[in-house]
Amino acid sequence: MEHQEYIIERYERAWIFFGLAMITVFIILVGYLMLTMGNTNPVGAGRIDATKVRIEGDFANPRVEQVGNEYVAYVQAFAFGYLPAEMRFKVGRKVTFYITSPDVQHSFHVHNTNINVQVIPGEIAKVSYTFTRPGEYPIICNEYCGIGHANMINKLIVEP
Amino acid sequence: MAVKTLFNYDVYASAPEKKYALYMMMLGFAALALGTFFGPFQAMNYGGLDLYPLLKPVFQNYYQGLTLHGVLNAIVFTQLFAQTIMVYLPARELGLRPNMTLAWVSFWMALGGLLLAAVPLLLNEASVLYTFYAPLQAHWAFYLGAAIFVLSSYLSIYLVLDMWARWRKANPGKITPLATFMAVTFWLMWFLASLGLVVEALFLIAWSFGWIAGVDPLLMRTLFWYTGHPIVYFWLLPAYTLAYLTLPRLAGGKLVSDPLARLVFLLFLLFSVPVGFHHQFADPGIAPYWKMIHTVLTMMVAVPSLITAFTIAASLEVAGRANGGKGLLGWIGALPWNNPTVLAFLLGFLAFIPGGAGGMVNASFNLNQNVHNTVWIPGHFHLQVGTLVTMAAMGTAFWLIPHLTGKPLVARGMAVASQWLWFLGMFIMTFALHWMGFLYAIPRRAHISGSPIAMEAYKESAAWMALNIVSGVILFIAAFLFFYVIFATALQNRREPGQVLAEVPFTEAISKPQGSRLAQLTERVWFWFGIAVVLVVLAYGPVLFQMFSNMNPVPGQRLW
Repeated sequence: MEHQEYIIERYERAWIFFGLAMITVFIILVGYLMLTMGNTNPVGAGRIDATKVRIEGDFANPRVEQVGNEYVAYVQAFAFGYLPAEMRFKVGRKVTFYITSPDVQHSFHVHNTNINVQVIPGEIAKVSYTFTRPGEYPIICNEYCGIGHANMINKLIVEP
Repeated sequence: MAVKTLFNYDVYASAPEKKYALYMMMLGFAALALGTFFGPFQAMNYGGLDLYPLLKPVFQNYYQGLTLHGVLNAIVFTQLFAQTIMVYLPARELGLRPNMTLAWVSFWMALGGLLLAAVPLLLNEASVLYTFYAPLQAHWAFYLGAAIFVLSSYLSIYLVLDMWARWRKANPGKITPLATFMAVTFWLMWFLASLGLVVEALFLIAWSFGWIAGVDPLLMRTLFWYTGHPIVYFWLLPAYTLAYLTLPRLAGGKLVSDPLARLVFLLFLLFSVPVGFHHQFADPGIAPYWKMIHTVLTMMVAVPSLITAFTIAASLEVAGRANGGKGLLGWIGALPWNNPTVLAFLLGFLAFIPGGAGGMVNASFNLNQNVHNTVWIPGHFHLQVGTLVTMAAMGTAFWLIPHLTGKPLVARGMAVASQWLWFLGMFIMTFALHWMGFLYAIPRRAHISGSPIAMEAYKESAAWMALNIVSGVILFIAAFLFFYVIFATALQNRREPGQVLAEVPFTEAISKPQGSRLAQLTERVWFWFGIAVVLVVLAYGPVLFQMFSNMNPVPGQRLW
């Protein structure tokens, strides 16, 4: 029995070492890939009075602006849709989205991309992305926002 | 009637804590039965089949059913099961009686809070889902009832700390027995973890009464996830406790290492709480470096589960070989698969492996973007809480109800079948949900079957959706069998104490705590609790300070 105990303890130590090594590799990979592979994690770009989103400031006029070779989009995610109702971009140009909500929480998930933003009233989210393939990209709300949540789907168009 | 009352009196007179444990557990299973009833409706929804119109006029819509499913299964059932196991086991191990007055106060608080919250839930006045994200605003009775329910767990904390203190006074210098050590670290972890929810509830109650005009949605989210991730360990650790303490014995073996089990619970005490931002990777308003710190800490909390996988597997191997299993894998077949309790744990742990791997994906800051809020997430946690945690509870009920009541288990074959079917149904469903979320970006918690727009947008995943329908049917049958078995067992009149386990099947350890340096180190529970507090202050302090000092309140809305 004592011999068996000794063997088990050796395996135990090896397994714990393996586990620690594995998560160390994962953490390093996560950090390295985020620094080098184009980071689309949303960041905060200031705060806003949610009750005034519809009446003043950039979000009262949801739009896509072309700035030099790039685009800037001001997007309202509301119950239950997105404004501007249609967004078009040329392929290969950087797009910076600013997104907020005038009512409750929503999200802005662009299918087939890494854009997945939690939209929180009072917060302005910012995310940049360069579309590399032309086509239609569904925009999906993946945060429960009320009875019409499942209908909250739009699309953006990337032109060649 | 008088005879029956007298008979009941006799049954529990010598062990009133048995009656407490029975009531707590059966209330939990009653909540689980109602919550689980909606499960197949949810599965059908993700199969494109809208069955919710059948429930009218009793239940109004999908989101009401989903709120009941989440709140009853994930908050009510899990907590009541913890209040059963993590009080009863240490009481039995130490041979001490918990303070019965407070034990019953905790039961009545839990029941009262549950009933208060149930009124708006059943009237569709609180269809805000399990996360109740502001500014969606529920009826005040929901927040107040939920708060009273959760606060009943603070009495459970006291019950266990009180028993532990009494034991230590009578046994100075001795190492705390394992079940008690697990219960103490577990309840201290929960105390630290629950503070976020308690503070959030204060805001939400004041807001729903109209005393304050708005709440800051980002702060509410942050407080919710402060508790919302460690709460999964609050669900999981009673299952681990039972796996360490009872599973090897029931399978015919021994626990390979007692000190390692202590290390596992200590690591959960340290790392469970400062990890909540990994639910908020997609949130604006929290700086990326804070999210990265929580990524690292979340990865750390995988370590105790990896150790558990080793220890439980090794202990099961000891059992299988003791039962006569030979060769590299022969011990697996030699395990008592026909014992419904052992079966439930074996299948639960099998599901826990892919669930844990998926959890690593969710915890990775960058990968999370592809799965955040898609049906991948319910796919993930139905492997963890829906399979292992629930099956550990179901499997334990098969011996614990007979043990507490003296009534033998009825329909053992149905009990075994329920576990196979539950595992099979969950495996099919979670497999489909993972792919639907990852490949087709199908959102979680969405009534897609009621939306032609959604069904058109997600039509490419039709084949995966069909699997959800299959799983919904299987899980409905599994749930029916299980609830029949436990309620038929608990409600029968036959008591045959000779046919049930008279004692909790505590497992003997091969490697004992006496003389172990590790066990000595882990024994300094308050010191480690202090370290856990420091970790939380470091990982959350600056962000929470910033949020509390710059609140941006938003008025409430009801959009369901």
